[in-house]
Amino acid sequence: MSDASIHSQAPEQEASFGDYFALLKPRVMSLVVFTAMVGLLAAPGGVHPYIAFCAILFIAVGGGASGALNMWYDSDIDQVMSRTKTRPIPSGKVTREEAFAIGMTLSVMSVIMLGLATNWMAAGLLAFTIFFYVVIYTMWLKRWTPQNIVIGGAAGAFPPMVGWAAVTGGISVESVLMFTLIFMWTPPHFWALCLFMKSDYKDAGVPMLHVTHGRAVTRNHILVYTLLLAGIAIGMAFTGVGGKIYLVTAVVLNALFVLGAIKIWRRSDEACEADDHKVEKRFFALSLMYLFLHFGAILAEAALAPYGLGGW
Amino acid sequence: MSFREEHELHKRRFGRNLGVALTLGAFVVLLLGLTVVKVTRGDFEPESVKVQTQ
Repeated sequence: MSDASIHSQAPEQEASFGDYFALLKPRVMSLVVFTAMVGLLAAPGGVHPYIAFCAILFIAVGGGASGALNMWYDSDIDQVMSRTKTRPIPSGKVTREEAFAIGMTLSVMSVIMLGLATNWMAAGLLAFTIFFYVVIYTMWLKRWTPQNIVIGGAAGAFPPMVGWAAVTGGISVESVLMFTLIFMWTPPHFWALCLFMKSDYKDAGVPMLHVTHGRAVTRNHILVYTLLLAGIAIGMAFTGVGGKIYLVTAVVLNALFVLGAIKIWRRSDEACEADDHKVEKRFFALSLMYLFLHFGAILAEAALAPYGLGGW
Repeated sequence: MSFREEHELHKRRFGRNLGVALTLGAFVVLLLGLTVVKVTRGDFEPESVKVQTQ
């Protein structure tokens, strides 16, 4: 067989290493790494720095594995949506079977390794997170109910609980509150994105709230969830993970977030079209900063505690 | 025409193989480090030995 014939048999768009890495959704993984790290560092007690590093790495790999399994199952949807059609499977670089194999292998490996490195409670929580994201959210809720993102958001909220459990070996009020913060933050964050990307979900047949109930109802939901979130986020200041730094951060950010939600709630479709969803885009950008700074404040409280500056 | 002519496909495959090799190598080093930390901390010692050394 000549080189020329080998080339002609090879897939036209053969995957590079980067394409396989892209299956793990690196951007989502960065959020998982950050929140898991905060959960781990804010937990009472301590863990060897190398074991902490390994724990965060395995949590990140577990999160990435669930991303690969999500891409495996949702390749038909990804093919339709402009935001996702360049992903490795719809672009023809990676096959569905490869994505499934990578996702399953990394899922099992990350759970076992986290169990061996830390404890089996943390490993169990990581396994449940992967199960929740792949089976409950991707396979079931996403294509079935407009509340998909509300319940499915739990999957993205587990990493700080896993990080916390890696140190303490258990679940506590503080770790559940960190979970609740991300859980309540996800709907307004994602619905704001939907408001300026509406045609995509409609074409893919995903029953997002704005597709099934309209944009006005979505705006109402954003406001209600933002108000509930503000109560929880500020209330967290008076728990074990809070303190003065967190309180100031939470009050300022939640005031801005509620103000943004009210602005969105008062807008009409015409106003949105007129300025190309400027307010919604700004709210979405703020939501990213919102979560980062809240967890940053929790981290600051934990870091300053040994010097008598963190906490109350 | 040479049979050894470098094709873009070869470069991509080499990059992929190198990536897998480095990932596996890093995993082995990671496991070694984890083992060293666990053994030096006495994680694998029976409870009776831990009590004696305290």
